[in-house]
Amino acid sequence: MLIKRPSDIPPSEITPRELFDNRRRFIRDAGLLTVAGLTGLGGLNANAFAATSGQSLGPLLASPFSTDEEQTDLKSVTSYNNFYEFGTDKTDPLANAHKMQVRPWTVSVEGLAGKPRTFDIDDLIKLAPLEERIYRLRCVEAWSMVVPWVGFPLAALLKEVDPLGSAKYVEFVTHYDPEIMLRRPVIDWPYTEGLRMDEAMHPLTLLSFGLYGEVLPNQNGAPVRLVVPWKYGFKSIKSLVTIRLVENEPATAWNKAAPQEYGFYSNVNPEVSHPRWSQATERRIGELRRRPTLMFNGYADQVASLYQGMDLKKHY
Amino acid sequence: MPFRNPSASQIQAIKAAVFLLCCLPAARLAFGWFDGTLGANPIEAITHSTGEWTLRMLLITLAVTPLRRMTGLHWLLRLRRMLGLFAFAYASLHFSTYVWLDLYFDWNAIALDILERPFITVGFAAFVLLIPLAATSNGYAIRRMGGRQWQALHRSVYGIAILAIVHYWWLVKADLLKPIIYASILAALLAARAWWRELERRRQLATPPASPGFKGKVIRIVPK
Repeated sequence: MLIKRPSDIPPSEITPRELFDNRRRFIRDAGLLTVAGLTGLGGLNANAFAATSGQSLGPLLASPFSTDEEQTDLKSVTSYNNFYEFGTDKTDPLANAHKMQVRPWTVSVEGLAGKPRTFDIDDLIKLAPLEERIYRLRCVEAWSMVVPWVGFPLAALLKEVDPLGSAKYVEFVTHYDPEIMLRRPVIDWPYTEGLRMDEAMHPLTLLSFGLYGEVLPNQNGAPVRLVVPWKYGFKSIKSLVTIRLVENEPATAWNKAAPQEYGFYSNVNPEVSHPRWSQATERRIGELRRRPTLMFNGYADQVASLYQGMDLKKHY
Repeated sequence: MPFRNPSASQIQAIKAAVFLLCCLPAARLAFGWFDGTLGANPIEAITHSTGEWTLRMLLITLAVTPLRRMTGLHWLLRLRRMLGLFAFAYASLHFSTYVWLDLYFDWNAIALDILERPFITVGFAAFVLLIPLAATSNGYAIRRMGGRQWQALHRSVYGIAILAIVHYWWLVKADLLKPIIYASILAALLAARAWWRELERRRQLATPPASPGFKGKVIRIVPK
């Protein structure tokens, strides 16, 4: 499948990642269960272990939306992150995000919905069949990656709560816990994002639970995050706790921090520069030379129609 | 006190040690580049690191005079030229990283950056203004220019340091903590100079002319 390995090693000699992890997990869980048994904690169930980052998410459907470009190596994807709640250096999230408890976890889908509901994360993940979506990710800082995400369309979740006709936008909120996250108001915590309803319902818009076939590492936005591949990376909000259907364009974190630099739409657009740097080119992580940035990050065929008649210089 | 009046050979040893120390950050980057240990985005890592070391070397150079004055260790002055040249060396590495590794001699993009992006305009100006200082950091230039003119030229380093801080400040996306720290250090170093200058002015104003029979005009070294 996707796991690339040098062909000179006979497959029989390779311990499958899952087996290898399972052995380690067994040793650790055995210890945990002993502790749980001794202290009378009965609540530990199988789902508690499903939260472990790195655990396989099982068989995945392939998607016609996937790119066949070379995927960014797992180490880069999981060690070079913008997750400002855990620090503003790229390597801070890897160092600090392990403090976040991703079970128990609920996602409240609320607002202008006929059937608003709070989902337990382990129910949410079973709402629709999991697909693998290999997407380009373009950061507003002019670097990019190719990431094999695992998830299902956000639309599947939104349909579940029956949005009212008055719901024109969707607001998203990231978990915020000052005990384990940055307290300095670098941006206005909690981190919030937003999409127009048609953007949120677009089949490319993904609710993601994993990458590289495995449960999301915390620094990548566990246990559930958004992936909107035609927009700059900061729109793909991490560690979701609230999804709110609203009538008016919601405030978004980066827009509040610097409105002239980060618009509500923030579609990838090589022709509209960030006020402080050019967006015409990008560096794909793992490559030395810059490459040209594509309109809508290469997803123009799928999404350009959403913005017909709009001045994208004005609605940056 | 051996540190108060080191011998010529001790000064040489100190200089050699400081030289090696100043080379360390560059050596670490070079090693990391070939070893693949600079993280997922090595070009960005080198750009940021050389930029930050330029700023640090500038501030260390500017700290020599206040430090010397506060500690009375006058030999510190003999390290200043080398420290200043290291600031220029890291600025050159920073600039070449940008031109070569980052934009790969895409002169169009570089020209656009310098013209249209204020933080690059300011950083580029700071680098260009450092060139004459580096070029005149030798005894020959001091003799040729004369001490007063040479000093006037080299005082532009205060402005250059401010440009360098502004360059950093404008580049940061949201977290201004580090630029604020560097700006505070620079402000303290410049404020110390302003304060001593003011003290000197007051001292001169308070000092009566040398003798009652003095007929000439009193020339104040430090203007109002």
